[in-house]
Amino acid sequence: MTLWNAVLLASIICVALKAVGYLIPPKVLEAPRPARVADLLTVALLAALVAVQALGVGQAIVIDARLPALAVAAGLLLARAPFLVVVAAAAATAALLRLWGWAA
Amino acid sequence: MSFGALAVASGLDVWQACVLSLVMFTGGSQFAFTGVIAAGGLAAAPAAIASATLLGVRNVAYGIRMAPVIGGSIWRRAAAAQFTIDESTAVSLAQPTPRARTLGFWVTGIGIYVGWNISTLLGALLGDLLGDPRAYGLDAAAAAAFLALLWPRLRQRQAIVVGVAAAVVATALTPVLMPGLPVLIAAVVAVVVGVFNWFAPPSPAAGFAEPDDVPEREGLP
Repeated sequence: MTLWNAVLLASIICVALKAVGYLIPPKVLEAPRPARVADLLTVALLAALVAVQALGVGQAIVIDARLPALAVAAGLLLARAPFLVVVAAAAATAALLRLWGWAA
Repeated sequence: MSFGALAVASGLDVWQACVLSLVMFTGGSQFAFTGVIAAGGLAAAPAAIASATLLGVRNVAYGIRMAPVIGGSIWRRAAAAQFTIDESTAVSLAQPTPRARTLGFWVTGIGIYVGWNISTLLGALLGDLLGDPRAYGLDAAAAAAFLALLWPRLRQRQAIVVGVAAAVVATALTPVLMPGLPVLIAAVVAVVVGVFNWFAPPSPAAGFAEPDDVPEREGLP
């Protein structure tokens, strides 16, 4: 599989998922279980991605400048900062810590 | 800009980044796809596709809710499907009248589509010029982006428990499995807790996916 194949396949699946919703009768959402699982699925995936992106390097767990940067992001989210500010501040934190040689 | 720059830093080219924003157009899935590719390269492509797919499942629920709002012909619904994202659904369902709900959906969806794609292109072109992504903290930016997408969903105890458990599972499995798989296995936590409704909220209605549960951050699909 080339990267292009993967990009196109994932894109087509995601578009199909959006379309599927319009074909399903609204009654399905009255059942609490599927709605709950769909909600929690999003939470679990995003939380797992935070952990892997902040600590993982390939298959190794590495603590470096990403962790303090994530703490800055969490503080800004608590203060209700907008998405772009949070992401930019995290990048700046990690970049500066590396520039000053305080963290890997 | 963040998605375009991160995608290029993950090893995608500018056009692949743009296709993800033009076609996939759902922020969580896009970040997940590029994040898994960044960690595991092309070998992790199946896991990247699976991660993007699972994060796209919530859009099914949004489509079910938006169908009565959009109404009309099959073509109208087909066009609406592409703009069905966290933001457009949240804005639409927050409006008081049917007309405002329809208008809110289209304006938000199309507005974000245009802005998101322009910023992806600019970010990808900029990311191409930057060189080593770590020197600019782009790896930390990716983690922060996921946290920002997650944050508005952590209002109930059940969601917090699932989030913490999934993060622990993914971290613990990272050294023993190929990149991408720990995230997918962490998703099992959600299915188990959701099916058995452990750590349920006190009132029965609070467990449902209410419209105000979706992220309300501007400019993000």
